[in-house]
Amino acid sequence: MKFNARTFSIGGIHPEENKLTHEVATQVAALPKQAIFPLGQHIGAPAKPVVQKGDKVKVGTMIAEANGFVSAPIYSSVSGTVLKIDTAIDATGYRKPAIIINVEGDEWEERIDRSDKLETVAAHPELTPEEIVERIKSAGVVGMGGACFPTFIKLTPPPTAKAECVIINAVECEPYITADYRLMMEHADEILVGLELLMKAAKVTKGYIGIETNKPAAIELLTRKCAEVFGTSAYQVSVVPLKQRYPQGGEKQLVDAVIGRQVPAPPAIPVNVGAIVQNVGTAFAVYEAVMKHKPLFERYTTVTGKRLQNPSNFLVRMGTPMKELIDACGGMPEGDHKLLAGGPMMGKALTSVDVPICKGTNSVTIISDDEAVRKEPQPCIRCAKCVGACPMGLEPYLLAKLAAVQNWERSEQEDVVSCIECGSCQFTCPAHRPLLDHIRLGKATVMGIIRGRAEKK
Amino acid sequence: MTDGILIAVIVLGTIGLVAALVLYLCSKRFAVVEDPRIAQVTETLPGANCGGCGFAGCGGLADALVKGADAGSIDGLACPVGGQEVMGKVADLLGMAIANGDPMVAVVRCNGTCVLRPKIAEYHGLRTCAAMNACGAGETACGFGCLGCGDCVAACQFGAISINPETGLPEVDDEKCVACGACVKACPRNIIELRKKGPKSRRVFVSCVNKDKGPVAMKACKAACIGCGKCEKECPFGAISVENNVSYIDFTKCRLCRKCVAVCPTKAIHAVNFPAPKPKPEEPTKEKEEQA
Repeated sequence: MKFNARTFSIGGIHPEENKLTHEVATQVAALPKQAIFPLGQHIGAPAKPVVQKGDKVKVGTMIAEANGFVSAPIYSSVSGTVLKIDTAIDATGYRKPAIIINVEGDEWEERIDRSDKLETVAAHPELTPEEIVERIKSAGVVGMGGACFPTFIKLTPPPTAKAECVIINAVECEPYITADYRLMMEHADEILVGLELLMKAAKVTKGYIGIETNKPAAIELLTRKCAEVFGTSAYQVSVVPLKQRYPQGGEKQLVDAVIGRQVPAPPAIPVNVGAIVQNVGTAFAVYEAVMKHKPLFERYTTVTGKRLQNPSNFLVRMGTPMKELIDACGGMPEGDHKLLAGGPMMGKALTSVDVPICKGTNSVTIISDDEAVRKEPQPCIRCAKCVGACPMGLEPYLLAKLAAVQNWERSEQEDVVSCIECGSCQFTCPAHRPLLDHIRLGKATVMGIIRGRAEKK
Repeated sequence: MTDGILIAVIVLGTIGLVAALVLYLCSKRFAVVEDPRIAQVTETLPGANCGGCGFAGCGGLADALVKGADAGSIDGLACPVGGQEVMGKVADLLGMAIANGDPMVAVVRCNGTCVLRPKIAEYHGLRTCAAMNACGAGETACGFGCLGCGDCVAACQFGAISINPETGLPEVDDEKCVACGACVKACPRNIIELRKKGPKSRRVFVSCVNKDKGPVAMKACKAACIGCGKCEKECPFGAISVENNVSYIDFTKCRLCRKCVAVCPTKAIHAVNFPAPKPKPEEPTKEKEEQA
């Protein structure tokens, strides 16, 4: 099928797709024996436990409440007894506070509607925008694409900005991952209701769904469903086919690709140019939270890798250790491998398979053999490929050098904080220089300096 | 012909004179008055510009010292590189007295050698401690211990730190270390601490900063402090406190009796530069006391 596809205006790369699990239907992952819930699963303050050792919990019981404005509550995904509130290794690689629950049976909270019946917004006139936002907030819904920013905050933009449209991020430009694609193919109706809820909550009438052209079936399906659902309504929703280009799933790139507007440098966010970007997984979570009273404790996750026996897509309860999913795919292959929470471009390397699936774990990727090892860095040959690849229009070679010599002042001038850490520069560098490693350090340091300055004032 | 030369000489000469006059007047009119003592103190300081004193360079410290002297006190200002000797000279120059500070030295508080703390992963990224620390716990299971990439070595301007290839850990040369604190700032895990150098460089310290609970710490590293608190009970001077599952010896209270060293089950407490223990008579009695 030919699409009239668009893309973002500067930079970008096209890594090998390796979507091994595209046509593998999602299976429901087995319940773990023990579930681990790190308290910091979102951007912002870690949640505060509201259960104690020995407490009985059901599926959907709140176990930790939001601690501050930028925070989100955490709900149990299993029924059983709280074993302890201790520390556990999470995706950062460090031991962080976590609630550990021993699983007994599978008893759900009664308020959760477990039927498959599709609820429509039209059938629920009681859902005011405020009510929708409140339900999203209390269900602990955060951005499911990986960044885990609390969703309700995005829906209540600052008074200086006005939302004009909701853009659903169904790009999935990261290689290997297919969780969002499977979700679209299996729950298109729910996603569209979720989008309608998001538009109603944000008080806008325009909606877009951005999908890359490597998912023609999803584009076709959602275009058809959109016409059915929104054809006669006051909402204008369209599916926007996008050229395959990484990092199109980045908020700012997506806004550029879909509505052709450029988000200014931080602290500007997409809503400053009128767009609220939500992941397709978030739209589904919003549907379940608002219509089914089901808090966020389950997600779609891809477990993949070339050497893995049966790469699969799972509907998994959060808190399940990765090991159990890897075992369900045929077990960890022999030898040394690189284990990533996330895809090969943005994923975080882990040193333990006991790390649990969290709100933002869209995939578990196992990279093997040569692909897992970095090549020896060579001197920079000034080819400027990294400059061409940077989707934020930065000069990665310069930022890397400035960070290496700890010139933070100049790093700030060169706008290191705009870096989205997509890794396009390092991917494209013919000298295999560790550009992003340096830039990340520079960005973290400069952001610390900026925060320090703001606190002083 | 000669006229031309003459005119040129006169014109240039006049311009030169006028310019000289303007420059002279400007230098008088806009002269910056600087306390001559600042220059003298700067001269006395070692000129390493290491920043160990907390100022941007030796000039900054000299400025602060002179201002301090005018205000009546130079307490808290010290050059770690020059030590007592240089500060004595500076004090003489300013007509002040200095408090006798104890000489300090950088101490690496990790004993997770390759043998005691096995590797569980391989790191391929940028080989600096800061980068590795940002990525995760590092190559071993200890999320607190030394990463061994030598950010401290790179930060040291005096060549006082080097990585021991056998242990993979940094070692400080007491003679060369001036306690400027550059390594303390460079270490992303706060493992290096400035401690009292001690008489004849004799020191007792806990060589571990792991805050994990005992069993977890023990699993990651055989030399880890497990926070059992034996040392805290044993110390007759109240110098030891156990907080967040890790013991810490306050060097201002420690009297170097080394009772803690004897009771530590994981040998996480180190006593350095003490003479070897006398062979027979004392050892058995100590053990008996412990058993009792």
